[in-house]
Amino acid sequence: MGNNVLEYQNVEKSFFGVRVLRNVNLALQEGHVLGVVGENGAGKSTLVNILGGVVPADSGTIILGGSHYAPRNPSDAFRHGIAFIHQELNLFANLSIAENMFIASFPKRRFAAIPLIDRKAIRSKTKALLESVDLHLSPDTLVEDLSPGERQLVEIAKALAADARVIIFDEPTTSLTARETERLFAIIERLRSQRISMIYISHILGDVLGLCDDIVVLRDGEVVGRGTRGEFTLEKMISLMVGRDIEQLYPPRSTKPSEEKVLEVNGVSHPGIVRNITFALRRREVLGISGLMGSGRTELARILFGLDPFQSGEILLNGLSLGGCSPRERVRKGMAFLTENRREEGLLMGASVVDDIALASLPSFARTLLRLIDELRMRRAVDRVTDSLRLQYGHRQTAKTLSGGSQQKVVVARWLMEKPSVFILDEPTRGIDIGAKYEVYRIINDLAAQGTAVLFVSSEIEELIGMCDRILVMSNGSIQGCFERPDFDKEKILRAALRKDAIQ
Amino acid sequence: MYFFAIWPFTPNFASPQNVRNIFSNMLPLLIVAIGETFVLITAGVDLSVTSIMAMASVFGAWTMTSDGGLLAGSFLAAPVGILVMLLTGAVIGLLNGAAVTLFRMPPFIVTLTTMMFFRGFAIWFTQSEKISNLPRAFVALGEGGIGFVPYALIITLALAMVSHITLRRAIVGRWIYAVGHNVKAAAISGVPVNSTVAFAYVVSGLCAAVASILYTARLETGDPDPRQTILLDIIGAAVIGGTSLFGGKGKVLWTALGVLFIMVIDNSLNMIGLSHFKIMIVKGGIILFAALIDALRNRLLGSR
Repeated sequence: MGNNVLEYQNVEKSFFGVRVLRNVNLALQEGHVLGVVGENGAGKSTLVNILGGVVPADSGTIILGGSHYAPRNPSDAFRHGIAFIHQELNLFANLSIAENMFIASFPKRRFAAIPLIDRKAIRSKTKALLESVDLHLSPDTLVEDLSPGERQLVEIAKALAADARVIIFDEPTTSLTARETERLFAIIERLRSQRISMIYISHILGDVLGLCDDIVVLRDGEVVGRGTRGEFTLEKMISLMVGRDIEQLYPPRSTKPSEEKVLEVNGVSHPGIVRNITFALRRREVLGISGLMGSGRTELARILFGLDPFQSGEILLNGLSLGGCSPRERVRKGMAFLTENRREEGLLMGASVVDDIALASLPSFARTLLRLIDELRMRRAVDRVTDSLRLQYGHRQTAKTLSGGSQQKVVVARWLMEKPSVFILDEPTRGIDIGAKYEVYRIINDLAAQGTAVLFVSSEIEELIGMCDRILVMSNGSIQGCFERPDFDKEKILRAALRKDAIQ
Repeated sequence: MYFFAIWPFTPNFASPQNVRNIFSNMLPLLIVAIGETFVLITAGVDLSVTSIMAMASVFGAWTMTSDGGLLAGSFLAAPVGILVMLLTGAVIGLLNGAAVTLFRMPPFIVTLTTMMFFRGFAIWFTQSEKISNLPRAFVALGEGGIGFVPYALIITLALAMVSHITLRRAIVGRWIYAVGHNVKAAAISGVPVNSTVAFAYVVSGLCAAVASILYTARLETGDPDPRQTILLDIIGAAVIGGTSLFGGKGKVLWTALGVLFIMVIDNSLNMIGLSHFKIMIVKGGIILFAALIDALRNRLLGSR
């Protein structure tokens, strides 16, 4: 391997005490496409974000073109020839293609010592660059008039304009049509023949296998598989990705779901988000919802809790339609929702842990007439819940200073103050360590045993297999399969979750 | 601390007369600042308080004045006038709150425009003339008192107590903090975000109206153009007191200390003989420093 453009040597990265990359080693050869695969949260995005200057590595070295490389920020990375084609594209919609191309450094023409933008030059240059990615459009076209696929090609052209040495594609096909995807692949082939190196991240394993020269499989921030395309099959990638089947333990389930339906969802649809979702959640049941990122699992959870609207269908709680109830009214009716994004939507962060936990149940501590809060009773109630969760915190401590696992317990505790009848948990174990995960599983089991109906949304298939009575698999906004506990099979579930591309 | 440091330089500073002066200047300012604290805690800002004061003053005086007021001479003039003033504050506050919550407009723009609008309106309404000849019962609020204790002090203390309890002990107070810390999390946890935020603006409007009552009574005139510069003192006082412009932090007591500090600086520099402009420079520097500490504190805690 003589001509490595890029090398990672023992790269490590942690966020808030959670290790997301451990001891990562990999190499990218000139003119090669390196595929990076792994489950959600395996560290793929962090891996390339370090390269793109979005976040710094904690330790380890990166060698780019033979010299040490540590970008200070994204524009520094761009100057070093790293171009990043993002999941969400980064163009200025209100500017023309040509202006977007040269936004970082407009070619200048001096007029009476005043630097002016040389519009003629950028238009002719842009035209040539657009041709090279098969985009036959006027350079003056506004970016907002382009389709997602065309915008992506503009981004690639922009990378070419900057003489990029390495182009990073992070899930480039998620918003593309089948034809646009074909065109993208053709262009990637062409770039490869021009000796440009690329990193290609995707959930669609078939594409990775067809497109990439070398493949790296990540799991929990570690490289668990590395090699050329010939060394991999789809099955091998899947088993490497999910791995560790027996080493992780789940607390045993002792209760059986009752027949009583608590939450019924009938044909709920919203254009472009979810399609015809129908299922029923029973008392004492733990129902899993599996799916990849963008499959509609989180969106469904938010719709069920009234955070997002839906167009048709109905949602019944204990036989009564929830209609247009706000989250506040749903909370009153016994629903609870644990968001997947606890930093942004879950915790108050700056408030004391007690205030944070008591937030949803405040009205029950108010003494009638003046609606003042009975501080003592509230504190006792919080202590009771935190004891049962084995959450320890200081008197005046804020959630900000707690570990990821303890933070998650704070949000869970908030909903346990008044026992919910339906608890929707979206990625309850994201970003917390194994020990804390086990605790969360135990809490879920206890809740179910006490009669709560639990909807467990997760991208980690094996935790659903370990925890649930039933698993619904979503892909592309609709339910692709339903598995009962005796028939749980990781590979079958993953196939159902990947079904979208199997059909195409 | 500052008080004792400045004492040697200005012998008159600690004279009973001057201390009394500081306090009587401070009370209306404190009341407005308390209302502003509510809004700041929700991570908003209310720039319209001085205009609310002008509107309340003008409307109240217009109701009460014996020069052709609505209730001229009636024994109801003073109580109804006060009611009108409070109502004016509450309605403008509600208007601010509604614009911020229902239309999701940035508080800065909303209250900047209401500030301009109502300031202009108050001046137009009175043709820029002061309305005097207010009822005796009303003017007494500004001067009189029970024994040695002026009414203004009693009103201010009562208001401070009620606000303190509302913020610390009432549900709506907890909600105000929660909204300031994290709107999204609060909404998911069943906090009625819109009415909570609107409540804060109404409180701010009401407080401005109460302050306006004290000012108007003391000056014995309905003034369409009270000192607009106190707006900066008000927000500055809250920030010096430790209320965060990023929301979630703030206490009535802190704000009171902030107001006291601003007033003491103002007064002492004045007595040393600095010009108005030099005093502004010093105050600006101090408020900047306080805001800087707030920003640094957030960044230091955020980076961990």
